[in-house]
Amino acid sequence: MEMEYQMKGPYLIIRVGRELDHHQAEYIRQMMEKIGRERDIRNIIFDFSKTTFMDSSGVGMLISRYRDLSMSGGTVCAAGVCPAVEKLFYVSGLHKIIRVYSEVEDVFNGQK
Amino acid sequence: MGKNEMKVIFGSCSENESFARMVISAFVSRLDPTLEELADIKTAVSEAVTNSIIHGYGGGPGEIEMRGQINEREVSVEIVDFGVGIENIEKAMEPMFTSRPDIDRSGMGFAFMEAFMDDLEVESEPGKGTRIIMKKRLGVV
Repeated sequence: MEMEYQMKGPYLIIRVGRELDHHQAEYIRQMMEKIGRERDIRNIIFDFSKTTFMDSSGVGMLISRYRDLSMSGGTVCAAGVCPAVEKLFYVSGLHKIIRVYSEVEDVFNGQK
Repeated sequence: MGKNEMKVIFGSCSENESFARMVISAFVSRLDPTLEELADIKTAVSEAVTNSIIHGYGGGPGEIEMRGQINEREVSVEIVDFGVGIENIEKAMEPMFTSRPDIDRSGMGFAFMEAFMDDLEVESEPGKGTRIIMKKRLGVV
């Protein structure tokens, strides 16, 4: 599979695969369920730097993770979003609830 | 550029979402679409095919037909399934409406098809299946 994850401080970094469709969204959902059973997930960074495609299934998955975490005071953000994926963030309104950074490192530096 | 057409039939499984996107990309490539036009068509096809897999066949087996037509610079794509059909098309097309919030559905599939294509038609009969017809006119190169 073309996706992995990593813990860095209080953040779980998910490296999203090339295309975030229903197939891949379902894979991420199941993987996060598994990680969640072993540890407490408070903040997630979705790293989109390898991703060239997303559809509404990806949007649905991100909204659900946002809902889960915001209830417990956590955060969800995205980094490395290409123009095609960014368009989906805007059309869906996702950019209003999920902050987008240029790259993962910027989340830690506090830059946009 | 003239006319062209194609038809493919594939099984209802989530792996075939990317297959459908690759096929439509290859089919329209001779029109030399912009990256944005291509992304729009791929997204719309992905939405329609995903709907057939999740809702039409409820995650079970089935056949999905994809037809493509090119007429000058107009691309027409039809996605057909023979699944459960849609009881209330108007309701299904409301932005943010989903019959499956339990599995992370955003309810934005039809809204994206409408936003990214120039025309969208939905025909459905409960118990028989659903036909989505989408058209997009590409800019002149």
